[in-house]
Amino acid sequence: MDINSVPQEESVTYAKNKKAIYASDENGNVNIVGSSGWSVEETVTLQALESLEDSAREAYCEVKKGEKSPLYYYMFALRMDLELLSQVTGFFKWTIKRDFNPNIFNKIKDKRLEVYADVMGKRKEELRILEEIKDYGCK
Amino acid sequence: MVVSDYIHKHSAHCESGVISSMLSYYGLHLSEPMVFGLSNALTFAYLPFIKIGGMPMIGYRTMPKSIIKNIQKNLKIKIKLETFRDKEKGEKRLNELLSENRLVGAQTSIYWLPYFPEEMRFHFNVHNLIIYGKEGDEYLISDPVFENPVRCDSKSLEKSRFAKGLMAPKGLLYYPVDIPKNIDLKPILVKSIHKTAKAMLTTPVPIAGLKGINLLAKAILKLETKDKKYAKLFLGHIIRNQEEIGTGGAGFRYMYASFLKEASEIFDNNKILEDCSQMMLEVGDIWREFALLIAKAIRSKKDIDFKLIYDKLLLVKDAEEETYKKMLEFKY
Repeated sequence: MDINSVPQEESVTYAKNKKAIYASDENGNVNIVGSSGWSVEETVTLQALESLEDSAREAYCEVKKGEKSPLYYYMFALRMDLELLSQVTGFFKWTIKRDFNPNIFNKIKDKRLEVYADVMGKRKEELRILEEIKDYGCK
Repeated sequence: MVVSDYIHKHSAHCESGVISSMLSYYGLHLSEPMVFGLSNALTFAYLPFIKIGGMPMIGYRTMPKSIIKNIQKNLKIKIKLETFRDKEKGEKRLNELLSENRLVGAQTSIYWLPYFPEEMRFHFNVHNLIIYGKEGDEYLISDPVFENPVRCDSKSLEKSRFAKGLMAPKGLLYYPVDIPKNIDLKPILVKSIHKTAKAMLTTPVPIAGLKGINLLAKAILKLETKDKKYAKLFLGHIIRNQEEIGTGGAGFRYMYASFLKEASEIFDNNKILEDCSQMMLEVGDIWREFALLIAKAIRSKKDIDFKLIYDKLLLVKDAEEETYKKMLEFKY
C-alpha cells in the first residue's frame, strides 16, 4: 500500500485511536503510518458487535420472562458463549446449561457461584439478580 | 518506579512490537518488521476444527508466542519466560522485576484491559504488552498497538494476566537476559526468507500455506447452500481475523514487505529482495480488495456472489505463490 492510500476514515470502532499500518513511500521504503480507520473493518466489527448485542438482548428478555436464570444473560452480556464459559470455569457444558434453569440456579451452591463470579469479574450478589436495562424493551 | 529512558513505539502487531521495543532498549536495534521476518512469523492457516465463538480459526501469522520462541532460536539470544499459578506471586514478581529496572513483557486478555475501547474488547487471551513502571496503584504500560503509553490499575491487569480459557496467559511475564549488541544478520536472513517461502509453498497439510488459502476459498463457495445470516457472519469473521485482530492478514503482508525492503538494504540493495518487497505489497493490496468485496456483500441486501469472492481469494493465492517463488530465487 502507498502511504497516500492508507485509509483515514475515522471508524467509530477505533474510538479515536490509530492503528499502525506499514505503507510504502515513493522510494519503496515501507514504514508505519497511523490509520484512523477503514470502513471495511468498521463494517465487520460492527457486525460482530451487533450479533453479540442481539444475543444479550434476547437472553435478557428470556430472563425477564423467568425462562432463564440471570447467569444466562450475564454470559452474553460479557461477550461470552457456552463454549467459552465452560473453558474459563472448567465446568462441563451440560452442568452450566442446568444453571440456566432459574429454579436450579436459585439453589446454586455458594462455591459454584463463586467460580462464576470470579471468571465474570462480578460479585456473587450481582449474578443473582438481573440488572435493569430499560432500552431492551422486552415484549 | 519507572524503567529509565524507555521510549514507547507504536507498532502494527503486539508480539513483534513488544520484542522489537524490548531488544532495542537493551541495545540490539531491530525494527518490528525485522523481528517479524527473522522469526518466520508470516503464514496462513485455516483451522475449521478449532472454533472460537462458533467460527473456525483463521491465522495469518504463526501461533501466538512463536515470535518469542523463534527469535531466540534464530538469533541465539535468551528471553526468560515465567508463568504463575498464584496471582499474588505473579504480581509480586512483576514488581520485583520493575524494581530491578527491567522492561517486562506480559501476555494478557484484551477483554479485561480497561484502556481498550469497548468496541475492541473481545475475549482474546494472547495480547502482548510491555510494563515499564508503576505509579501508585497504576501500572505504566507500553501497549504496542496504541499510539501513546497507557495506564492500567493493578486489579484489572491481574484479571487480564490471569484470564482463563483457550491459550490462557497464566500470568506470563518475560524479559530478555542475554542480549548481544551486534549480530551478523546476513546468514539468518537468507535462512528465514527461504524458510518462510518454502513453508508457504510446500506445506504437507491442506490447512496451512497456499493449500490453506485454497481450502478457505472452497469453504466460501460452500456457503451458497448455507443460511444467509450464517454466511454473512462467516464472511465477516474472515475479515475480522484479517483486518482487526492483531494487525490483520493484509497488515502482516505489508509488514513483511517492509522486512524484505530492509533486508535488501543489508544485502547492498539486492534487486531480487527489492522486487519481492514490491510484490508482497501488492499481495497485501489484493487481500484488502478481497476484504472490500466481502464488506460490500455484508452491507448489501442482494444475494451474495460467492463465486466473485472465491475468485478473488484464488487471485490472492496466485500472487502469494509468485512472491514466495521469487523469494527462493534469492541467493547469497
